Amino acid sequence: MSKAQPSSDRIPMNLRTEALEQLLVERGLVDPQVMDTFIKTYEKDVGPLNGAQVVAKAWTDPEFKQRLLDDGTGAIAELGFKGPQGEHLVVVENSAEVHNVVVCTLCSCYPWPLLGLPPAWYKDPAYRSRVVREPRTVLAEMGLELPTDTEITVWDSSSEVRFFVLPQRPPGTEELSEAELAALVTRDAMVGVAQVSA
Amino acid sequence: MIEIQPASGVADMGGDSGWGRAPIIDPDEVVFPEKWEGRAFALALLSMRVSGSNLDAFRHAMNRLDREHYFDDGYYGRWLYGAENLLLDSAIIAPGAVEARAANIAGGHVDEPPVPESNKPDYAPTAGGSIRQIDAPRKFSVGQRVRAKTMNAPGHTRLQKYTQGHVGTVAIVEPAQILPDTHAHFIAENAQWVYTVSFDSRELYQENTENFTLNTDLYEDYLEAAS
Repeated sequence: MSKAQPSSDRIPMNLRTEALEQLLVERGLVDPQVMDTFIKTYEKDVGPLNGAQVVAKAWTDPEFKQRLLDDGTGAIAELGFKGPQGEHLVVVENSAEVHNVVVCTLCSCYPWPLLGLPPAWYKDPAYRSRVVREPRTVLAEMGLELPTDTEITVWDSSSEVRFFVLPQRPPGTEELSEAELAALVTRDAMVGVAQVSA
Repeated sequence: MIEIQPASGVADMGGDSGWGRAPIIDPDEVVFPEKWEGRAFALALLSMRVSGSNLDAFRHAMNRLDREHYFDDGYYGRWLYGAENLLLDSAIIAPGAVEARAANIAGGHVDEPPVPESNKPDYAPTAGGSIRQIDAPRKFSVGQRVRAKTMNAPGHTRLQKYTQGHVGTVAIVEPAQILPDTHAHFIAENAQWVYTVSFDSRELYQENTENFTLNTDLYEDYLEAAS
């Protein structure tokens, strides 16, 4: 099945990774500084703060929101967010009537330019397997109890389209600035397993 | 001769039961909890280039892993094993090279296999990314009833088993994209339209189930017209 079979003794992953890195770096096939740049990019620069800016702008600028729902990729590029795993972005809006939640059952496809790399729960087999079968139960187990008359739509990524949830703006936030609103928006709400609270 | 290796099936878990309670969200989670995970992430991205391969081949290289390799070292564990598969496929590294080097780093004195003659796939993408402009007309339109085919893919596919054989409605026509099933094996890009299809949960699961809508973006080759 896999060619990368271990010997009878399992190699600790830190050692295994170091071994592969050495083999590639010593032949000049991989530059460790490029590796450092990739790691730093997703540790420091590209993360849920990007998505939160998109959400806050949509909440405060109706024309932007319309463009976002009509052409997610184009509207998001206006804010400068693009890159790997963001080739085509579809934004779906949560409301009192419909709650959207995103999964990738086959691997863990995720809109990197907006949210960074996926969190552990998104990659968990219980989430990947069950949210396409019993989403209301899964969301409740994760702390989101939806009203029984709220319809649920689950989005499972198969192609290179990436789905992004525009959460509901919480009540009582009419006076907040765009930056203050962005600070309320969580990663989990932009995947659809939580709601934004003020 | 292109060697097509089958997926193990472990990755295609949508709709499966037996995985227990939903995960607990850790709001303070860091991107790479362990240092090696960041190194494995970067190595995997670079291994696609070094091996002359592509993203679809990388996904399939992970889907070929057995249960133990897929799950036991977590997400970046499977990235590392997947990267090793790509590098072994293209003969950038020799079988046993990683294990031997790891033993030597740990203070052992093991002979390492010689560097093999590389054998990268005879292939080049026609453009960057996965989206392509195509002239072919769309086979389906929004509102049309379509059935996800029952397919027994010999190698890579993105058609989940839980959708196969079921009828839904086209909700969105997405941009045309290259077909993972052939691109992963360097056979052809096969660019084609992609459709987000809406399925009723009661169509997907015949037994008593929650009432919800399942939307998934499927390639034209995965679909056929339904009445």
